[in-house]
Amino acid sequence: MEITGAQALIKSLEEQGTDVIFGLPGGAILPVYDPILDSSIRHILVRHEQGAGHMAEGYALATGRPGVAMVTSGPGATNIVTPLANAYMDSTPLVVVSGQVSRAAIGTDAFQECDITGVTSGITKHNWLVTDANDLPRIVAEAFHVATTGRPGPVLIDVPKDVAQSMMTWNGPATEADLDLPGYRPTKGVDHEVIAQAIAMILEAKRPVLYVGGGVLQGNASAALRALAERLGVPVVTTLMARGAFPDTHPQHLGMPGMHGHYTAIMAIQRADLLVSLGARFDDRVTGKLDGFAPVAKIIHLDVDRAEHGKVRRPDLSIVANASEAVPALAEAAASVTPSDLRAWWDELHGYQAKHPLAYDPIDGNGLLKPQMVVETLNALAPAGTIVASGVGQHQMWASQYWQFEEPRTWINSGGAGTMGFAVPSAIGAKVGRPDRTVWAIDGDGCFQMTAQELVTARAEGIPIKVAILNNAYLGMVRQWQEMFYEERYSEVYLSPDLPNYVQWAEAMGCVGIRVDDPADVASAIERANSIDDRPVVIDFRTDASEKVFPMVPAGATNDEVLVHPSQRLHS
Amino acid sequence: MTPEAVDHELPAEEKRHHVLSVLVENKAGVLSRVAGLFSRRGFNIFSLAVAPTDDSHRFSRITIVVDAASAPLEQIVNQLDKLINVVEISHVNEHQVVERELLLASITVPTDQMATAISLCANFDAEVVDAGAGEITVMLADHPDKINAFQELLSGYTVDQLHRTGLVALPKLITQ
Ligand SMILES: Cc1ncc(C[n+]2csc(CCOP(=O)(O)OP(=O)(O)O)c2C)c(N)n1
Ligand SMILES: [Mg+2]
Repeated sequence: MEITGAQALIKSLEEQGTDVIFGLPGGAILPVYDPILDSSIRHILVRHEQGAGHMAEGYALATGRPGVAMVTSGPGATNIVTPLANAYMDSTPLVVVSGQVSRAAIGTDAFQECDITGVTSGITKHNWLVTDANDLPRIVAEAFHVATTGRPGPVLIDVPKDVAQSMMTWNGPATEADLDLPGYRPTKGVDHEVIAQAIAMILEAKRPVLYVGGGVLQGNASAALRALAERLGVPVVTTLMARGAFPDTHPQHLGMPGMHGHYTAIMAIQRADLLVSLGARFDDRVTGKLDGFAPVAKIIHLDVDRAEHGKVRRPDLSIVANASEAVPALAEAAASVTPSDLRAWWDELHGYQAKHPLAYDPIDGNGLLKPQMVVETLNALAPAGTIVASGVGQHQMWASQYWQFEEPRTWINSGGAGTMGFAVPSAIGAKVGRPDRTVWAIDGDGCFQMTAQELVTARAEGIPIKVAILNNAYLGMVRQWQEMFYEERYSEVYLSPDLPNYVQWAEAMGCVGIRVDDPADVASAIERANSIDDRPVVIDFRTDASEKVFPMVPAGATNDEVLVHPSQRLHS
Repeated sequence: MTPEAVDHELPAEEKRHHVLSVLVENKAGVLSRVAGLFSRRGFNIFSLAVAPTDDSHRFSRITIVVDAASAPLEQIVNQLDKLINVVEISHVNEHQVVERELLLASITVPTDQMATAISLCANFDAEVVDAGAGEITVMLADHPDKINAFQELLSGYTVDQLHRTGLVALPKLITQ
């Protein structure tokens, strides 16, 4: 059958199970937009291509399926560079299709030409410039295969306009046998001997800790993790990327490690004699100063990516495997052993918990809302299964600390890149992927201003997300650093609580806008938002700008130098 | 002294370079992917030679000499291996390998020293491949150590242009 490259591209996306594309058309991608009219795929028209990329990420994080975005050449493509970089850092599977100028025009500085495969080669797992329409079915199949196997990640397919317009012979969708990837061998299988060694090491340890990262969520290994942890009675910490991989209410869960982690999670790692890293990568925000990190611990490192082993910390035992296979194998091996007695270790950990729980000051004389209390109330009133997306800054850390995550894929966040503006579009993508769930974006006032225009998309497309702005009128996280480490010299961090007027802005975008100043109104405003399901809601919570995130491991310090909340410093 | 000459005098165990022989798909942009990986991860390339293999339609071979101090070899290999177009990487052990490099140099030689110069070149099995007024272009294809020594010899003359290809290597054949 003779069809156009554009038709072949859309058919191939359909064959890959694509149910939604987030995108925005333009000259070079025009031919591809025509067959979208006849396709079963839903297209969501964004207001900025960055929004399309983050929506695709939110969709992928909430569903586990790759997110798909489509943009035109030149500025359309460069607008999606930030989401690609973000997805690359967080290993999120994404397939981005970009238009390109016609083949003959490539290299001539043609209108809206940009070497986007060159630009994105360092921030994609792989990318393709399509030079023949007949290659499209195979390349689309390769792109999905690469994005979703091994260590997942974003990929980009750059399609010149004339390739999309030219005729090709459709021989049906590409099959696995058609893939031409001689250099791609994603990690498969588990070595059961290594698994047995790992279990033996855990049984020998006096102070073991399971250090759980995003790989466990990627590998859908939460149930196996729980079986493993419960069987061996070992404490668990979940990184910022792994919140929800293990229930926060579980008595074996110590919380999040790292720069703004829970004191007990941080200290557990510092005191551990065995750290079992499951799909985590010893990120600097977790380790602090490296030579003081987990100073007495042996390391078991499970990671699907061979290059992560020994990149930061040399493991005593390497498990090169996907968490989807290795964590169940560990759980299975654990089932037949006698767990060791960890009571002394637990006594020590319970001591830390009692001494240094999360803490914040009661409301001051100024009567301003405490952001932590807002998050707690949002959490308390949220329907079961609510998904939370967040921006980057203080509000992100409070969301991670004060929300009780009970389920995988309920926390949508920008970890490795720390991309401000992630919350609103990623919440939209999550809601598109999981329309059955309530989706809250917990956002900062600074972040909100970066991508708020996507609420127009949300209203137009009928995607009723809810946004809680923790409006401290500051680039709060930067302000915190300036307060603590730059002698309160506040440089370019003040925003203003009233400019913009968030309620009017929300209403202009077709959303319900609510403003809360009084602590007594927090719960009722949230309840009202939860009851609205026909349009997005934005609540402008006026919060106390002087609040800082604690605990905090200062940059360059070891985890042992963690600063707890001032109220806990006297008796420590 | 050139850095190469320093290296020449180091005992083998203090080798500052690793030689990687990398089979890649012969596709547009592969070289820039490899070079980009090295630069963004801070691995220093000392030399890089690329050419098609016998299956030139599908594969090329890149011989990369990397600075051993810039990163652990294992990290370089594992990161390189993640590039989708990289098919196979072998770390070339200098005792089990045939290494060659080619040098071309144009040197100015006073007429009365020309005969000596040419005979010195002949001692190295270097060839005179071009000649002009008071100037010759010489070529040597040999083990990099020999090339280093030859380059040092040339530095006694006025070297107008000098070009080295970088190393290429193949595993030694098994003899029985
Ligand atoms: C795109 C981008 N630019 C700059 C930064 C640096 N940065 C990190 S947090 C932050 C402040 C965020 O302000 P806001 O959204 O109001 O959150 P808050 O910290 O006040 O809760 C900034 C500027 C970033 N992470 N991302
Ligand atoms: Mg703020």
